[in-house]
Amino acid sequence: MADNKSGGFFQRLKQGLAKTRKSFVQNIEQLFTGKAISPETFDDLEEILIGADLGPAFTQELIEEMKGRAKRHELAVADTLKQLLKDSMNKILQACEVPLIIPKDQVFTIMVVGVNGTGKTTTIGKLASYYKSQGRSVLIAAADTFRAAAIEQLEIWSRRVDVPIIKQKMGADPSAVVFDAIRSAKARETNVVIIDTAGRLHTKTNLMEELKKVRRIMGRELPGAPHETLLVLDATTGQNALVQAKIFNREIGVTGLALTKLDGTSKGGIIVRIAKEFQIPIRYIGVGEHLDDLKPFISREFVDALFE
Amino acid sequence: MFENLTEKLDSIFKNLRGKGVLTEDNVKAALKDIRMALLEADVNFKVVKDFVEDVRERAVGQEVLKSITPAQQIVKIVHDRLVHLMGDESSHLRLSGRFPSPIMLAGLQGCGKTTTAAKLALFLLAQERRVCLVSADIYRPAAMDQLKILSEKIHAGYYDAGGLPDPVQICVQAVEYAKSNGYDTLIIDTAGRLHVDAALMDELRRIKEVIRPDEILFVADAMTGQDAVNVAETFNSLLGIDGVILTKMDGDARGGAALSLKKVIGKPIKFVGTGEKTEALELFHPERMASRILGMGDILTLVEKAKTAIDEKSARELEKKIRKNEFTLQDLKDQILQIRKMGPLQDVLGMIPGFSKIKALKNAAPDEGEIAKTVAIIDSMTIKERYNYQIIDGRRRKRIARGSGTTVQDVNRLLKNYTEMRKMMKKLSKGGMKSLLRGNFSFK
Repeated sequence: MADNKSGGFFQRLKQGLAKTRKSFVQNIEQLFTGKAISPETFDDLEEILIGADLGPAFTQELIEEMKGRAKRHELAVADTLKQLLKDSMNKILQACEVPLIIPKDQVFTIMVVGVNGTGKTTTIGKLASYYKSQGRSVLIAAADTFRAAAIEQLEIWSRRVDVPIIKQKMGADPSAVVFDAIRSAKARETNVVIIDTAGRLHTKTNLMEELKKVRRIMGRELPGAPHETLLVLDATTGQNALVQAKIFNREIGVTGLALTKLDGTSKGGIIVRIAKEFQIPIRYIGVGEHLDDLKPFISREFVDALFE
Repeated sequence: MFENLTEKLDSIFKNLRGKGVLTEDNVKAALKDIRMALLEADVNFKVVKDFVEDVRERAVGQEVLKSITPAQQIVKIVHDRLVHLMGDESSHLRLSGRFPSPIMLAGLQGCGKTTTAAKLALFLLAQERRVCLVSADIYRPAAMDQLKILSEKIHAGYYDAGGLPDPVQICVQAVEYAKSNGYDTLIIDTAGRLHVDAALMDELRRIKEVIRPDEILFVADAMTGQDAVNVAETFNSLLGIDGVILTKMDGDARGGAALSLKKVIGKPIKFVGTGEKTEALELFHPERMASRILGMGDILTLVEKAKTAIDEKSARELEKKIRKNEFTLQDLKDQILQIRKMGPLQDVLGMIPGFSKIKALKNAAPDEGEIAKTVAIIDSMTIKERYNYQIIDGRRRKRIARGSGTTVQDVNRLLKNYTEMRKMMKKLSKGGMKSLLRGNFSFK
């Protein structure tokens, strides 16, 4: 796909987060530049942080921490507050900046999961394109056999990116699709197998059981599989993203996160809270509609793009 | 729905109840907790601010402090204000007599527009409207296929745009198609888009100008965070929306957006999507939703669902049987199948007042597999056995287990539960419904 490679990824992340920065940082700039710290500063700060979906409890924590520092005179002017916030978030996020490393000499399976509408299928298209550009062989498996036309959607991606797809009919057993995919990958010696699963709310016990079964079948057919269980989270989601991460992790063991839709005005702040509570590696972020608008997560860039 | 928030407010009010007489201080404490709970539920920051102030003004004062049960009064104030905030009464679609009457759906990517289009179509089909669907989504791969498949499934009309490249043109053609094929309603599904995408927002505006929809419905994911309000405001100012459909209400966090939307953009929430099935679309009832938030349960929805799922005659017969202690295994199976018609059990149980309070039961909702097993076991019994469980001896149990693909233990468990159920029914028919209503009803 045609894309402006000139600006590089950092540039585009910044562009993608432009709206975010406008609402998030402009506020902060107004709040901080050259001003002395007053009680109102903290009230305003609370509004900004909660507005960024960091959540009330976490916001409270951050504010208490800063109030403490202000008292100890570590913060003379409000500008220091910004640096402190940045450092706090960076510290939390850095621990989750663990890129996904895929060995070249084996079949490596990635099971992509998440609630409905977070952008799983699109993320898979982008991932397939990304791995292919690294010169790896890729296969995608259409294990979302539930949603109407989910298979067709993935098929179109497979043609766009030019990678093979393993599929069955709508309504087929997802485990059977995965079984086929792994057999096929073994036979073709494919490096990366990406599995699309149906979107499911984490509260649907039966659907979570289905995922467990898919996992089981994978592990049986290929020891160690799935090598990566990637939970796709939508940056527009509020505090429920935390519950999603918690339950998916508890039920099927999440090994990586992808945060999509960062090109809107949502702040994606919930990821900081998720990072803090579960320390699950954040692998990728989605910052646009182009095929290569999915990139490895880099904490410093993420925080910089938020604050600069 | 709203279970998390319900739990939180519950614990807050439990503390209030314990205190008996309200002081300004503990109102303050409760309000602080209510504020946190609402924020945690993604209610918009500003909305929460106003709401809490509003409740504080009403709560702290003579009226409350003098009352005998101040906690209940606070609950009532919070409840009333929640209802008010969400729009007092449910709001219906306003469709004109035009042929066809167009309804347009718009929203962000992944909020559930296409699924909702089909659900809305089914809802209107049930009102004997002749509904045609069209997808103006030329961007997302297979979006049109998705709507087409769903249309066929629910037997609604579908305008196939073929390779038409322009969404506006597609809609114009769809109106023509609907008109000449006798459809009185046209539901237009549009591509998901970011509110900051000027070109795509303009496309929506052009569709609106040409088609002049009777209803422009904004589809919003109930899990959306603080930004929900910004998105809806932008859609509203650029497009002018008539109402909101909240989707994915069958999860567990949902809701904050519901509280905010009406208040901030001044448009009612008309429907809520409550499940994976195409039938899972309900009218939005602020009253019920508020009750749910406060842990009063959603008994009205339950009753309505029961009414459509269970026919009255068989209900009366069943009642008679229970009175005479003639509740057979066949009846048990019929009952299970009838309840199944009301939707997934988890959803049904969520509507029972107080259910969300019973933490231990949270994960104990009978799972669908267990139900299928029970039905299979009863299916493997002879007619005689179903009507007279006492003849089911060891040999018969073995046969039933083999026939249903279960174990003898499974069969034993079912029979044990069944006999206990009969005992409970005997008690019930003696004590009458009153004992049930007094809360002597145990879930386990």
